[in-house]
Amino acid sequence: MSPKSVLLWTMQAAVFWLVLFVPQLIVFLLVNEPPTWELALMIATLVVGVLHTAVEPSWRYRVHRWETTPDAVYTLSGWLNQEWRVAPVSRIQTIDTKRGPFQQMLGLATVTVTTASAAGPVEIEGLDHEVAQQLVVELTNTTQATPGDAT
Amino acid sequence: MSTPAEVPAGLPAAPEFTEPLSEWHRLHVRMLIVRPLNEGLAMLVPILVLLFTGNGEKWRLIASGATVAAILAFSYLIWRTTKYRITDDQVELHTGLLTRKQLAVPRDRIRTVDLTSKPGHRVFGLSAVRIGTGQQDIPGTDGLTLDAVTQEEAERLRVLLLQKAVAPKTASPGEPHAEVAVPESEVISKLDLKWLKFAPLSLSGLVAIGAVFGVLSNYADDLGLHPVQDLWEWLFEHPSFTLLGAFVIALVVLGLVLSVPLYILQFWNYQLTREPDGTLRVQRGLLTTRSVSVEEQRLRGVDIQEPLLVRAGKGAKAVAVTTGLGSKGESNLLLPPAPLSVAHQVSRDVLKVADDPTTRKLRKHPFAALRRSLFRHVVPWVVIAIGLAVWAPSWAWPIPVAIIPFAALVGWDNYRSLGNALDDRYLVTRNNSLVRSTVALQRTGIIGWRIRRSFFQRRSGLMTIGATTAAGAGVYHVTDVGESDGLALADEAVPDLLRPFLVRVDG
Repeated sequence: MSPKSVLLWTMQAAVFWLVLFVPQLIVFLLVNEPPTWELALMIATLVVGVLHTAVEPSWRYRVHRWETTPDAVYTLSGWLNQEWRVAPVSRIQTIDTKRGPFQQMLGLATVTVTTASAAGPVEIEGLDHEVAQQLVVELTNTTQATPGDAT
Repeated sequence: MSTPAEVPAGLPAAPEFTEPLSEWHRLHVRMLIVRPLNEGLAMLVPILVLLFTGNGEKWRLIASGATVAAILAFSYLIWRTTKYRITDDQVELHTGLLTRKQLAVPRDRIRTVDLTSKPGHRVFGLSAVRIGTGQQDIPGTDGLTLDAVTQEEAERLRVLLLQKAVAPKTASPGEPHAEVAVPESEVISKLDLKWLKFAPLSLSGLVAIGAVFGVLSNYADDLGLHPVQDLWEWLFEHPSFTLLGAFVIALVVLGLVLSVPLYILQFWNYQLTREPDGTLRVQRGLLTTRSVSVEEQRLRGVDIQEPLLVRAGKGAKAVAVTTGLGSKGESNLLLPPAPLSVAHQVSRDVLKVADDPTTRKLRKHPFAALRRSLFRHVVPWVVIAIGLAVWAPSWAWPIPVAIIPFAALVGWDNYRSLGNALDDRYLVTRNNSLVRSTVALQRTGIIGWRIRRSFFQRRSGLMTIGATTAAGAGVYHVTDVGESDGLALADEAVPDLLRPFLVRVDG
């Protein structure tokens, strides 16, 4: 996990809370005599938003792990709720990389490993772009070397 | 799988060889009438409304005529632009006028064949063929549908398409059923009219009333009537508990009465068979008939479902855990609501084991799971009650408060259902209270783990283990199991997958 992912998550959280907060602020400033509950809601949004943005990314960074072995791909993710996902290499169907705008800015990438199950792929977030590419090549090679239709 | 099946000694002769169709075929020309019949029924009411409301203005006549013409033209175009063929290695379907779609399904990936005849189809001797593969990338887009061909053609396709799927059976020594399949299809289970007593318990009548009611109020809306709204308003002006009670009782009685014909409608002639070509076949239906064939090799397990009331009557239904079936229209159903013993017998015969894995003695989950279960069931109602007490008229809040004891009971029952077991071939897990579900999942069908620990679960040393699989729901959970028990279970179920990581988890 690249240390830059803390920055990535901070940016994502900040944008999310700004999207919630800014319209409230605009309404608050434009409306004459805004009701008190609106002020309360705005302050609550601000407090929760700042706390979340401050705490979540580093907490998440402490939790997140990933590892690949010749047999399996493994991730641990989340912060309050944590989830391990394990997929055996022999059952891998597709391997994708994905880069959002923030990730491109920071030179990060997400590798998504899909199995035949409809229930959730294994996602490795916040990898350095080069590491991600290397991982994809590596996984592709091991997957190709494994026979079977993976269902 | 893709290698042509060599016929092993002792297997029945393959079904008579059917020449693969490699010519392009059209859907049956009778679909020109059947499609408008099936789809036009839904349009009938709006058309009639259009015709007979108002004062016979000219535009209404024109509009309804145009609608009918459009439906006819549309079905002609569908027929005209759709063709299919079955080559040696794939099934191809070309369809669409503006957006041409070309679907091809490799024949060795065909897992299921589902023949459905709606009443319109049946009058003209037709049947829709849905071919399912294991692919589940986008829900609802799995496989392809030929709507429709003649019933004989459908039957022929069913045999032809699943024929290649016959793989040599390896007689594993651990298997108690060493006998080979009988030449004819072997009947595993058949409808017994005594099962009708489970119809009212399954509450299907109430669901149907809800559905019909939804459709009717839609039409009423079109006519500018708002019966529900009017009723509510009237009820608010003249609050009467007798009336409300009478209404509820009438609804329940009607639901109970309706559920019996519904059961017959859906499950008439129900029969579960094992076909000589290695498929399991479920046939059922009175008006709309269905025949669902599932490649046996792709069966990953069985789910015994017991809705609360059906469970109280010692009944259950059985559902296949397999790839290539949509969940639409209960296509994965193996057994309609029936006595529990029948469900276990079906599960046993379908899985070909000596005794049903879902009857295994299940390990209980830790006491902390009860706390969590109660908490999760009761707290929402408490929150609703508080919310209503603050913001709603004073008569509202006692309603959720009255529900709380029942919610607690459900929570307790939910905890009681939790359990897991592992035998040499199956992982068994039981969940839920309102529809208790006991799943036996083949250990070889598990293709990964999702192990989840929420904040509260971590504090009480619990975890929810999800076994992911290509079949059925995609993931089956062992809910709120103790941490070390859970990891031991997962490690034992699929050896070596989790082990490299376990040291770290413990450390």
